[in-house]
Amino acid sequence: MEVLTPYKEATDVILEAGGEHLKLCYQCGLCTGTCPWNLVRSFLVRRIMHEAQLGVVDFGSEDVWTCVTCRACVDRCPRGVEIIDVMRAIRRAVASLGIGAVPDALRISAKNIAGVGNPLGEPPEKRNDWAKDIKVKDFAKGTEILYFPCCIPSYDPGLKGVARSVAAILDKLKIDYGLIGTEVKCCGEAIRKAGYEETFQSLAQNNINLFNGSGVKTVVVSSPHCYHTFKTEYPELGGQFDVMHITQYLASLIDKGKLKLTKEINKKVIYSDPCYLGRHNEIYDEPRAILKAIPGLELLEFPDARENGLCCGGGGGRIWMDTPKGERFSDMRVEQAAAKGADIIAVACPYCALNYTDSVLSMGKEETMQVKDIAELVAEAM
Amino acid sequence: MEEIKTGVYICHCGLNIAGVVDVEEVAKYAGKLPGVIVSREYRYMCSDPGQDLIKNDIKELGVNRVVVAACSPRMHEPTFRKTVEDGGLNPYLYEHANIREHCSWVHDDKELATNKAKDLVRAAVRRVCRHEPLVVREVPFNPSVLVIGGGIAGMQAALDIANGHKKVYLVEREASIGGHMAQLDRTFPTLDCSECILTPKMSDVGHHPFIELHAYSEVEEVSGSIGSFKVKIRKKARYVDESKCVGCGDCEEKCPWKVPNEFEVGMAKRGVIYIPFAQAIPNVATIDKEHCVYLQKGKCRACEKACGANAIDFEQEDEIIEVEVGAIIVATGYDQFDPSVIGQYGYGRHDNVLTGLEFERLTCAAGPTEGKILMKDGREPQSVALVHCVGSRDQNYHEYCSRVCCMYALKYAHLAKEIAKADVYQFYIDMRCFGEGYEEFYNRLSEEGVNFIRGKVARITDEAITDEEQGKLVVVSEDTLLGKIIRVPVDMVILCSALEPRSDAENVGKILSINRRADGFFLERHVKLDPVATPTDGIFICGCCEAPRDIPDTVAQAGAAAGKVLSLMSKGTVTLEAATATVDESICHGCGRCEEICPFSAPKIVSKDGVLVSNINEALCKGCGSCAVVCPTGAIAIKHFTQDEILAQVEALTEVR
Repeated sequence: MEVLTPYKEATDVILEAGGEHLKLCYQCGLCTGTCPWNLVRSFLVRRIMHEAQLGVVDFGSEDVWTCVTCRACVDRCPRGVEIIDVMRAIRRAVASLGIGAVPDALRISAKNIAGVGNPLGEPPEKRNDWAKDIKVKDFAKGTEILYFPCCIPSYDPGLKGVARSVAAILDKLKIDYGLIGTEVKCCGEAIRKAGYEETFQSLAQNNINLFNGSGVKTVVVSSPHCYHTFKTEYPELGGQFDVMHITQYLASLIDKGKLKLTKEINKKVIYSDPCYLGRHNEIYDEPRAILKAIPGLELLEFPDARENGLCCGGGGGRIWMDTPKGERFSDMRVEQAAAKGADIIAVACPYCALNYTDSVLSMGKEETMQVKDIAELVAEAM
Repeated sequence: MEEIKTGVYICHCGLNIAGVVDVEEVAKYAGKLPGVIVSREYRYMCSDPGQDLIKNDIKELGVNRVVVAACSPRMHEPTFRKTVEDGGLNPYLYEHANIREHCSWVHDDKELATNKAKDLVRAAVRRVCRHEPLVVREVPFNPSVLVIGGGIAGMQAALDIANGHKKVYLVEREASIGGHMAQLDRTFPTLDCSECILTPKMSDVGHHPFIELHAYSEVEEVSGSIGSFKVKIRKKARYVDESKCVGCGDCEEKCPWKVPNEFEVGMAKRGVIYIPFAQAIPNVATIDKEHCVYLQKGKCRACEKACGANAIDFEQEDEIIEVEVGAIIVATGYDQFDPSVIGQYGYGRHDNVLTGLEFERLTCAAGPTEGKILMKDGREPQSVALVHCVGSRDQNYHEYCSRVCCMYALKYAHLAKEIAKADVYQFYIDMRCFGEGYEEFYNRLSEEGVNFIRGKVARITDEAITDEEQGKLVVVSEDTLLGKIIRVPVDMVILCSALEPRSDAENVGKILSINRRADGFFLERHVKLDPVATPTDGIFICGCCEAPRDIPDTVAQAGAAAGKVLSLMSKGTVTLEAATATVDESICHGCGRCEEICPFSAPKIVSKDGVLVSNINEALCKGCGSCAVVCPTGAIAIKHFTQDEILAQVEALTEVR
C-alpha cells in the first residue's frame, strides 16, 4: 500500500530554486478558481502549492509544464504567494536535476536557444536579415535608441512585418536608432520560466556585456517578454540600460505631438492586453491611447479586459509547446472578438500574434478576422 | 554633602539578558566603579525577592542611590521607583539602565554585548550620583468622563460609570445612539433580537441622571491631560427644538424630499427631516441640512406646517459646548468594507449581491422589506450563497481577520433557511467559531443542512453555461476538499465584508493625540496586558475602534475601560510627573518661545517685579523637554534631566573602559 509521507528534501530543492513563497500559501483555492486553465480542463494550482509544501510534487506530471505564467493568480492571492516563482522553481528542479522529463517541444527550443541563441534554431548571423533591404543602421556608441525586435519578429516569416513596421515608423520620424550585432541572443525570459536557469544566466550575461559594451542607454522592444526581463531581471545581473515597450514609446511621441496619425483605418479593432504588458507591468493605457489616436478606428474592449484579460496561452514557454484543440485560450479569445463584431484583433506581443493568427486560421475565420500588431496599424496610419 | 553609596543590580531577565550578556562579569565590573558599595546580579529583579534585595541593601548597608540594569525603563522604571520608595528613599534617586532592548535583544556577539552592558551601567552609575530627590505631587482628578461614540461599547461604558454615580458626557455623531448594533437583526449564537437587548440600554442611557447625552454632536477639540481634559463639543443644529419635539414623525411623513436612509444601508429612503429609526434616542427629528431644500434654496417648510408641537426652528445654529473631564473613552466603532473594489464579486454590478449589513436590514422585521428576504425583483430567493473573507485575510485589502464574519455567516445561513426556506451554500476558508456557544452554533447549522464548501470564491458571474445557471448568479470557486472547480447557481449572494477602521479615524486620532496601528485601528498600550488603555494617559479605547470584535467582547471591553476610569475616579487624584521644567528667572528674558511650543500650555509669561519671565505650571507640565530645547538662553532646565546629569552620562559612555 502506498503511503503519503512528506519528503523534506524535495521541498528544500524547490525552496532553494526560488520557491520560498510557497510557505505562505494557506490553501484557500482562489488561484485555482482564477486560473484560466480551469475554463478548459482541471488544473489545481492550489494543490500543486500544497504538494510543493510537503515535497510530494509529481515531477513527472504534465501539470509541471501547464502554467502560462499569466499572473492572474498572483494578482489576487490573499497571502501574496509568488505562484509563478514556485512553478518556475519546480520546473528548475526537473530541468536541472533531471527528476522528471521535459516535454520534447520545450527541450528542442531550449537546445536551440542554448546552441544558437534563438528558439527557432535559425542561424544567428541571419538575425538582422529582416532589415536587409531597408537599410537599418548598426547600433554604435552614441546612437540614441536600440531597437530589439525579439527572436520571433526577427526570424518568423509571418511576423517580420512587425519589425519592419517599427523600422518604417522610426525612419519616417527620423529617430536615431540602430540594431545590435548578431552576437545578441534571445532575451531568455521564457526559457527562464521554463526552468532553464543556467541557460538564462548565460544569455543574460552575453546580452548585458554586449549592451553595456556598446554603450546602449535605451532599448525599445516589441515584445512584452523582452520588456519584462530587461526591466526586472537584467538590472540585478548588471544591466545598465532603460527599456521601453514600443507602445510606451509611440504613445509618448503621440502625446508630445511628434507622431501624427492621419490616414484612416475604418475598422472595428479589439485590443488584447498581453499578460506581460498588463498584469506583469501594469501598462494598460498607452496601447489604447495609440489606437484611439488612429482616425476612423473604433476601439472595442474584450468583456474581460485590462487586469482581467485572458492570456493567449503563450507565456511560460508554452509558445513552443502544443496545446490540444478545445483547450486553447486563443480560440476562446477569437470567439469573443467575433462576438463583439471586431474586424481586427490588435496585439502588442509576438506570442499573442502567433497564437491568435493560428487560432483564426484553424477556426476558419481568416476572411473576417485579422490579427495585427499595434506597430503595423500605426505604420498604416502614418 | 552626604556620601554617595550606590547599589547596582544587574538583572538576568531569565535568559533574555543572561543568554547574551555575561551578567556576573557586568556585576563584578560595576562593583569596582566609584561610589558603588554593593553590586549584585539576580535572575528576575522585578520579582519580590529581587526587589527585596534592593530594599534590604537600603536598610542594612545604607545604600542611597540605586541603579538597576534590566529591561526598558518603559517596562519597569515605575516598578523600581516604587521599590526604592518602599525602601525609604526618594524614588528619583534611582537610575534605570536598559541592557535588554538596547543590548541583549539586538546584539548576537556575547563579548561585545557584555562590554556594551558595562558601558551602559557605568553611565548610569555616573548619572545617578547627580540625581536630586524630587517631590511627587498629586492633583485632583476631575470625576467625570467623556465617552465618544454611542454604540454598544460607548453606551455600556457610559452606563457602567454612571451607575457608579459619576458624571458621563456621551457624545454621538449620528442623530440617535445605538450604533451598528441597532442595525442588526439577530445576534449570534443565541439569535436574540438585537433591538430587544439594545433598546433597554438605549433607554437607560437616555434617562440616566448621570449621563449627559449629546447626540448629533462631534468632539472638535481636546486639550489638557489626564485628570483635567478640556473638551469642545460641537452640537450640530437639528433645526428642531429638542425640548418641544415629541417624535411623532408627522414631519417626516409630510417631507416631500426623500434621500437614501443610512440606517437602512441605502435600501430604503427617509425624509430630509427624519427620525433614523423607530426606537431612536433621543426620539426627536433632525433636518439633514445638506439636502434640505429650504435651508439650501429657501423653498418648502412643509415640516413646519406639519408639526403639531411647533418644534421646527430654522434659525437654530450649531452650539459649542465646553466640558471638563478627567478621562476620555473612545468607542467610535467600525465601518463596513465596500466590496465594489473587488470587481470579480460584482457588488454594485449584479442585483442581489449584498453585504452583511444590507442582509441584516432585509431579515429585520422593522426593515425595508418587513423581515422578508426578497430579491431586487421582489421574489424570494430559493438559494443563497455566503462568501467568507471579503476584504479580510487578504494582503490586497486587509491582512487581518475580521473575527465576526464566520459567525454572522452562520447566522445568515440560519435566517435564509428559516425565513426563505432557501438552499444555502457557504464558501469558507476556515470556520472560526471560537467563543461561547459558537462551535455548538456551527454544529446546529450543519444539522440544518447548510452546504459548506471550502474554497475562496474566485468570481460571481451571471454568464450561464448550463441551463440550470440561466437567470442565476453563479458562484465559481475551487472546492479545495474535492479538488474540483465548482459552479453553484444561486439567487442571492451575501458577501461577508470586512470590518475596517472608521474613515475619519485619522482625524479623531489627531484631535485626541492617540495613534493608530498599521492596520488603521487605534493603538492600545499593550496588546495583552493593557488592551483598553492607550499610551496617552487618561484616554481609553474599547470595542471595534480598537479591533474587530463581537458583542460579548465589546461589552467586556467597555466594562474594562469603565473600570479603569472608575479606579482613577476612586483614587481621586492624579500623580504628577515630578521631572518637570524649571525656570532660572535670572537668565530668562521672557521671550515666550516656551509658551508657544508647549503642547500642554504649562508655561505662561508673567510680569514679576516689572520684568517678564516664564512661569511654568507644574500641574500641567509633563516634562517633555520641548521648552528647554527651544529656550535661547538656557534658562529652562528639566528636573532629573539637567545638563549636568546628561553630560555626565555622555562622558561616561565615551570613556575608554
